[in-house]
Amino acid sequence: MADIPANQATLTTADGVPLKTKLRQTQRRMKMRALGLVLPLLAFIAVTFIWPIGLMVYRGVDNPVFSEVMPNTNAALARWDTQADEIPPEDIVAIVARDLAQARRDKTMGRVATRMNYDLPGSRSLITSSARKLAKIEGDVVWTEEMVKIDKRWGERKTWMAMRLASERYTMAFYMAALDRTFDEDGNITMQPEERQIYVTLFLRTVWVSLLITVLCILLAYPISYLMATLPLRTSNLLMVMVLLPFWTSLLVRTTSWIVLLQKQGVLNDILVFIGVFSDEGRIRMIYNMTGTVIAMTHILLPFMVLPLYSVMKTISPSYVRAARSLGATPARAFWKIYFPQSVPGIGAGSILVFILAVGYYITPALVGGESGQLISNFIAFHMQKSLNWSLAAALGGILLGGVLALYWIYNKLVGIDNMKMG
Amino acid sequence: MADSNEPIVRFINVQKSYDGEILVVKNLNLDIARGEFLTMLGPSGSGKTTCLMMLAGFEPATNGDITLNGKPINNVPPHKRGIGMVFQNYALFPHMTVAENLSFPLEVRRMGKDEIESRVTRALEMVRLPEMAGRRPGQLSGGQQQRVAVARALVFDPDLVLMDEPLGALDKNPREEMQYEIKHIHESLGVSVVYVTHDQSEALTMSNRIAVFNDGIVQQLSTPDALYERPENAFVAQFIGENNRLMGTVKEVNGESCTIEVDGGGAVIALAVNIAGKGERTTLSLRPERVTINPPEGSVPNVFEGTVEELIYLGDHIRARVNVCGHDDFIVKVPNASGHAALKEKTKVKVGWEFEDCRALDA
Amino acid sequence: MKSFLKLTSLAVAGLFAASAAQADTLTIVSWGGAYTKSQIEAYHKPYIKKTGVTINSEDYSGGLAEVKAQVEAGNVTWDLIDLELSDVVRGCDEGLLEELPLDGLPPAPDGTPAAKDFLPGTLHECGIATIIWSTIYAYDKTKFPNGGPQTMADFFDTKKFPGKRAMRKGPKPNLEFALMGDGVPADKVYEVLSTPAGVDRAFAMLDKIRADVLWWEAGAQPPQMLADGEVAMATAYNGRIFNAVATENMPFEIVWDGQVWDLDLWSIPKGSKNKAAAIEFIKYSTDTQRLADQAAWISYGPARASSIPLIGKHAEAGVEMGPQMPTAPENFKNALQNDCEWWADHQDELNERFAAWLAK
Repeated sequence: MADIPANQATLTTADGVPLKTKLRQTQRRMKMRALGLVLPLLAFIAVTFIWPIGLMVYRGVDNPVFSEVMPNTNAALARWDTQADEIPPEDIVAIVARDLAQARRDKTMGRVATRMNYDLPGSRSLITSSARKLAKIEGDVVWTEEMVKIDKRWGERKTWMAMRLASERYTMAFYMAALDRTFDEDGNITMQPEERQIYVTLFLRTVWVSLLITVLCILLAYPISYLMATLPLRTSNLLMVMVLLPFWTSLLVRTTSWIVLLQKQGVLNDILVFIGVFSDEGRIRMIYNMTGTVIAMTHILLPFMVLPLYSVMKTISPSYVRAARSLGATPARAFWKIYFPQSVPGIGAGSILVFILAVGYYITPALVGGESGQLISNFIAFHMQKSLNWSLAAALGGILLGGVLALYWIYNKLVGIDNMKMG
Repeated sequence: MADSNEPIVRFINVQKSYDGEILVVKNLNLDIARGEFLTMLGPSGSGKTTCLMMLAGFEPATNGDITLNGKPINNVPPHKRGIGMVFQNYALFPHMTVAENLSFPLEVRRMGKDEIESRVTRALEMVRLPEMAGRRPGQLSGGQQQRVAVARALVFDPDLVLMDEPLGALDKNPREEMQYEIKHIHESLGVSVVYVTHDQSEALTMSNRIAVFNDGIVQQLSTPDALYERPENAFVAQFIGENNRLMGTVKEVNGESCTIEVDGGGAVIALAVNIAGKGERTTLSLRPERVTINPPEGSVPNVFEGTVEELIYLGDHIRARVNVCGHDDFIVKVPNASGHAALKEKTKVKVGWEFEDCRALDA
Repeated sequence: MKSFLKLTSLAVAGLFAASAAQADTLTIVSWGGAYTKSQIEAYHKPYIKKTGVTINSEDYSGGLAEVKAQVEAGNVTWDLIDLELSDVVRGCDEGLLEELPLDGLPPAPDGTPAAKDFLPGTLHECGIATIIWSTIYAYDKTKFPNGGPQTMADFFDTKKFPGKRAMRKGPKPNLEFALMGDGVPADKVYEVLSTPAGVDRAFAMLDKIRADVLWWEAGAQPPQMLADGEVAMATAYNGRIFNAVATENMPFEIVWDGQVWDLDLWSIPKGSKNKAAAIEFIKYSTDTQRLADQAAWISYGPARASSIPLIGKHAEAGVEMGPQMPTAPENFKNALQNDCEWWADHQDELNERFAAWLAK
């Protein structure tokens, strides 16, 4: 091919446009068309996935109550020199007191009271009753004296520090609480009192249970997937239907059928009593505890392990193992050195799928977990539905999300996400 | 080591059935000599691959014995047979490098590190790929993968190497290159090779002997030239090389020659190879290149008049389709030599052949 | 940002209630089961007959979550909701409930004004009480042939009365039960609980029976657990036990000692489109006769003094209902009213502490 001199005049198309420009135009049109095709999906993902998750993470730090209900309090308390004064000086207290009285008149002090109570247990009635009484006071008074007269807790540093922290527009308090931590009287982070520490234990338990379930799923799914991948098509299709059958059954039906099987007066206990493994009094508890959660969730998540494993194993030609055998490897060695390494991408994909699903599982532990089989997701649901502390629920969810992302990152570092095969 | 005159492999009355109803291998008796390159050739479903799998130990024989070096191996698992094998799709371990693939059989045999290294280097040099040791199989071309597969099957010095259609996935050029390469490796190492293929030209190129399989039976076991020149039945004649078939009835038998009444009319004198007797049906087999156009008067016993139906120009020769004795698919290869007969379509022409080139076989 | 929040909440609320309210339709939300049936028989049916208003009855499982979602989204589809007192107090504080005019309520038949006729503490600025219900404990008579437990202390005495217990999974009202079981008189319970030592004392009491306790979450569970023989005694809502005894002939016996009673009230979610119609319905359903009628369907006591003499027999089982009420004098001797203000102050802390205690 002849070399084109660098200083040669630029090539143009028949209508005189430089060739490069024309090429760029054509390519841009194609790119726009491609973008147009994926746009609906991108929009869908943005609206239903990215935005709500972002909102959730944001809600964990968002703290709008004081700024909406008692707009002057935050700025006032921020001026309080906590090193110098035990409690805020009178001018700051006056602003807070007027804000409280106004909140009472606006019928909004309930929100402040609820918010305060998260950080300082018992302060709910302090706020509501104080606000009620402050609203009746007219004219110039010494507010500090009045408030201490209403409730002596207004004379305590603890109360004011709690309010100072609770009044900030954005707060780490919920994320702290989600990690069993709180702020002490001087605003330092400390552990919650021991009898209130629960979430770290739950996070660890959730991770541990999810790992256990993942390992159980690998152990159960590996042989069955291997069988399905090696059997003739007709037999393996039958097996596949049997694996998928529970998949098509409602989650609730499956979970409740485990209750029927495993409960104390259930089928399994009846059989064991009948064949004399233990007496009628010795019936064992297999559900409403951790065992029940693990059994039911392993069953429910098993297809998520079988399917990627099967699709990976299906691509492993039997001639690899045969080659290894002909080269002198025993069946066990041929399996471990040749077959197993090739099935690892399937294990990786299945494990990530099962682990992430298990970490966020909620219905099954709620139904069969009893008191010891509850996971972090059940407490997120509790704070969403019962205690209405949505901010704490968001913080718990945010930490869970962060953990899963970290895990994904580690997996990518160790195995490489490109090695993950879904089929 | 066993007596070098003893066959390395013997199939003795071996039968194989997968479903208990149909015999895939009907009754195989086959001896493979030490150092031999034996090809099992046949169409798909003829039982050749099954025989190879039984020899490798991946399929048990339903009946009969297979011996290796004089010892029955029916109950010896594959990894204790010490047979090298090259697979159709190479079966190189994708998660290992080329060097790791090659050292696998050596590690299994607990060889020392240095020994493994020198053997791997030697094997790679043998297949002319020493610089590829660190690559993964996926980074090699098809021909390179094939060479690695051959090297791996040979690296632990087996007496016997099995090859199951190893060149099936290659394009024409690397394929022919590899044919010679495998042949040379076989010759230089003196290893016994059992080679399975459905490609007759591959079989003819490489083998010492060829066993033609059809329908679970070895139809003929001969050297390549004997197989082509002297097919013993109609299947072999048809399967190996190009072949004109004329159906007819035996009219007369005179020692090694016989006279056949061809179905379309005309009597042909042919070599009696495999006929049942007078009055029985037979198939005449005649190679297209053994037919002469317009032979000199009296030079050959068989001369017939026919019509040229079609001419195809192929460079080194011209294929003529001629209607002879009521068979309009009679092919004649006319060499493109100087002074060859000039043919025109739809003209009458005389064709003739020697009686020993025309073999009367089973119906 | 706020409108973003509203939009998400809107989507959430849309899941819960899809139907849009119409002017002549009231959406009334209650707890379902026998309880909703008693309201339909005593209130809804006669009201529909009288006014022609269509009533759309929906079930929920308690709490303020749905109300909060609807109010935050500005799309309130519920018109009237049957709430527990603690939720009324909280919902009122957080501005989730409408304030109700107390002056329009009908007086008693003898002319006593409503404000005096309603039992003390049953009228709230955001809710009008209809019934008094109670958490008691009940036992299976067949498990104690030589006489069953009589007092709250007996519930915590696994030596004298062996067997599994079922309790609600949560601190409320187990802490009250524990203190009463430890000998604290009903009127001192919250005083003791307000000190850290009192809470420790209650948890210590629960520790004593912990190994024998199965936990329930839904009100339908304890009678079922008793019927299955899984437990010998169970804390439960008195109406559930009464139903199991009256309609299914279960051998259960209620122990009224140490009962913790509470109220259910009508409330209107803030921003209801049919507020006026809902108030009309409240006035109708809380008159003396209507409250007495409801007691013929379920063993929860009417919130009006004037209704109590009008209580008759159970509409289906024919049992005299008067003695089945939590408020009947012989049942009410050692009774404690659930202090929702106290719980509002301490539930966040105690829920966590209880969960941590359970997980130990």
